[in-house]
Amino acid sequence: MKSVEIVIIGGGPAGLAAAASAKKAGCNSILILERDKELGGILNQCIHNGFGLHTFKEELTGPEYAGRFIDSVEELGIEYMLDTMVMDISDTKIITAMNRVDGMFQIQAKAVVLAMGCRERARGALNIPGYRPAGIYSAGTAQRLVNMEGYMPGKEVVILGSGDIGLIMARRMTLEGARVKVVAELMPYSGGLKRNIVQCLDDYGIPLKLSHTVVDIRGRERLTGITLAQVDSTGKPIPGTQEDYDCDTLLLSVGLIPENELSRGMGVEIDRVTNGPVVNESLETSITGVFACGNVLHVHDLVDYVSEEAGKAGKNAAKYVSNELAQSSKPVRIEACEGARYSVPRTVDIDRMEDNLTVRFRVGTTYKDAYISVYYDDTRILHRKRPVMAPGEMEQVILQKDKLKEYPDLKQITIKIEQE
Amino acid sequence: MFDVVVIGAGVVGCAVARELSRYDVSVCVVERCEDVCCGTSKANSAIVHAGFDAASGSLMAKLNVLGNKMMDQLSKELDFPFVRNGSLVVCTDPDGLSGLQELYDRGVANGVEGLRIVDDKEAHDIEPNLEDTVCGALYAPTGGIVCPFNLTIALAENACVNGVEFKLNTEVLEILKLENGYNVVTNNGEIQTKCVVNAAGVYADKFHNMVSNKQIKITARRGEYCLLDHMSGEHVSKTIFALPTKLGKGVLVSPTVHGNLIIGPTAVDIEDKEGINTTRQGLDDLVQKAGMTVKNLPMRQVITSFAGLRAHEEGHEFIIGEVPDAPNFFDCAGIESPGLSAAPAIGVMVADILKEKLSLKQKSDFTATRKGLINPQNMTLEERNELIRKQPAYGNIICRCESVSEGEIIEAIHRPVGARSLDGVKRRTRAGMGRCQAGFCSPRTMEIIHRELGIDMEDITKSGGKSYLVSGRTK
Repeated sequence: MKSVEIVIIGGGPAGLAAAASAKKAGCNSILILERDKELGGILNQCIHNGFGLHTFKEELTGPEYAGRFIDSVEELGIEYMLDTMVMDISDTKIITAMNRVDGMFQIQAKAVVLAMGCRERARGALNIPGYRPAGIYSAGTAQRLVNMEGYMPGKEVVILGSGDIGLIMARRMTLEGARVKVVAELMPYSGGLKRNIVQCLDDYGIPLKLSHTVVDIRGRERLTGITLAQVDSTGKPIPGTQEDYDCDTLLLSVGLIPENELSRGMGVEIDRVTNGPVVNESLETSITGVFACGNVLHVHDLVDYVSEEAGKAGKNAAKYVSNELAQSSKPVRIEACEGARYSVPRTVDIDRMEDNLTVRFRVGTTYKDAYISVYYDDTRILHRKRPVMAPGEMEQVILQKDKLKEYPDLKQITIKIEQE
Repeated sequence: MFDVVVIGAGVVGCAVARELSRYDVSVCVVERCEDVCCGTSKANSAIVHAGFDAASGSLMAKLNVLGNKMMDQLSKELDFPFVRNGSLVVCTDPDGLSGLQELYDRGVANGVEGLRIVDDKEAHDIEPNLEDTVCGALYAPTGGIVCPFNLTIALAENACVNGVEFKLNTEVLEILKLENGYNVVTNNGEIQTKCVVNAAGVYADKFHNMVSNKQIKITARRGEYCLLDHMSGEHVSKTIFALPTKLGKGVLVSPTVHGNLIIGPTAVDIEDKEGINTTRQGLDDLVQKAGMTVKNLPMRQVITSFAGLRAHEEGHEFIIGEVPDAPNFFDCAGIESPGLSAAPAIGVMVADILKEKLSLKQKSDFTATRKGLINPQNMTLEERNELIRKQPAYGNIICRCESVSEGEIIEAIHRPVGARSLDGVKRRTRAGMGRCQAGFCSPRTMEIIHRELGIDMEDITKSGGKSYLVSGRTK
């Protein structure tokens, strides 16, 4: 069986950044396994711009952003395999993969970086009643059809869910001559970035109906229409608020789910909130030497943060294979509560951490002029005012090693949202 | 002129066609949809009932028990998944335990083997996720689960290989009596035949009533279902039925042969024979009722919901045989549950009737077996690599959720009575059946259909008719 020091599962933005960083940290045996026919992952179909403002201080399209990392991987001479599907990873890090040329083969890895990304929540998961005609697509599938295959899913469009891909597709479909009638969002706030609401809906006069959902789907062959209804605070449709829309296309942008089937298969512990692996400060999962980054770990709002996070995962994987990553001895739990839905990472080992550790999380609802607070046990050590917080955008706090060292008996770090 | 025209390519029509194909007889199956298995046969509980439900002495009871017994042999001959996982009818009302005894007695009278009433402890031992209120159950070891798509497709393919002609996208508009048979008028030309077998599901009354003065009425009884992801497939190992209580009839919870969990059906009579829509109320009912027998159902794992229509006839009995005032016209009507279980036996029964009627002779060259699609997932590493060396498409995964390769999709398209649509591919290969519900694989499967069949992308459908997937090129 072939042996490789670091095998990276997925050649999207997370996998690419992890690979480059691992190489720069001194690892010379790296293999990226990518199931698609090219590197770049979902960025390849994101032909709009707005990527890379943080990383490169300029506005790139998705393929351009991916291109910079692909170039880097090429320049560093990192090996990758395309059109290659990973079928299984064992808890001993034996990877079983398959492609047309090599058939099914196994690789023994010393370290694994999980970077499989996420998939879209489908209609079934929402259990929307009605018929099951053609013309119902997840926003990302529609994006692939339009941007990569060159086909229009339809002409008269309703979009359910205001996730970023849905918002982007509202604009994209409009530019391609389709009529986007409405974007409906179950929650009283959008799940997408504010800038996308402005640039993709407001600029094109597309109405966004908050606290609305699809309650019926019509059409036996091709979609002919849907019914929207307003929902109450528990998400239940309010009788008498139904509105019928004629449309041939319904796009769903109702959430992303980290694709952790392989992780589960190898026995990695999965967080119930993020649906991603539970990781420590080194982005290491419950299995030693298995790291996770990008949307497979938790769904990100900006790819810049994916790249940054993946860089750390790759570096730590390189340290792990060269035995430079100390054994974790005294992990301190990071607890997200009272408005903070989760935290990545979930534990921090002060001896293992770098000088600063970025902890990312999302809030559960919208907040105005509220505070992000961090407690070391009962002591509040951070109290930062934020004019606006929304579930669609990630928040972060930075833990400092120096500061943490002042609390040698620390049991728990708590992140919460406080009104004052 | 055909000897026999079968109307409807559901499981019953295909079973009849396959049994007839043993004989030297010309058979044509006409189906209004673009594929076989598009009506009631595709949207049901996927259960092979043991046979204790139907009234003793009824045709329903007889054919159910017979069909159940035939299923092992048939699944070997035709290579479709069938598992005798056993079933439990659970009782949640201590005052209702006598109902289990009634079912037991009826089952014994019907010839169901191995039935046993178990107490609450044993029931929970067998099935730990039963609700705590379950106080007893009827255990039927002969109960089973089957893939209704594969069963129907296997029957159709085998019939086709044995000379049966399938006319798809062919809707029967009129049936005219001829001197020595019938003229079946369709949207796709006229077909003359000596005999007609009416296996038209919820429309069986329409065709029956075209030729007979003794009218029948088939009511569409809608059943809604939820299907859960593989992750939940082991929540129960047996098919769990609820014994009807004061509170009404329950729903079943069952594993499927592909490792999913299915919950359903509701039962609502509707006017519209095309009313395969799910409803808010129906889906809510399901969750509530399923929770009465099985606890901790992981409803977050629902990957799709769907509705099917049972062909309910007032007398709740199968109507099978020659229509008295329409010689050479044979009904298979009112085939509601346990119709799937009974289908193999219905096929034999109808073929036997026609054999007598037309003095049919056995064919010497009948092929009794059919090999299913290559399933690389059942292969060893070496076998799989050998396959990929010969046909690299088997090394290219198209459907990530169900690990379906391009090779399997190509094969499904080119088999007898092959797939021509996304749903056709899905029913044969499971591509698109998984948790992402075809999000990733739709565009790629479309490309394969386009390439293999030369159908323009704009003309590829989800399930025939006007179910087009794209409206045209981008600007």
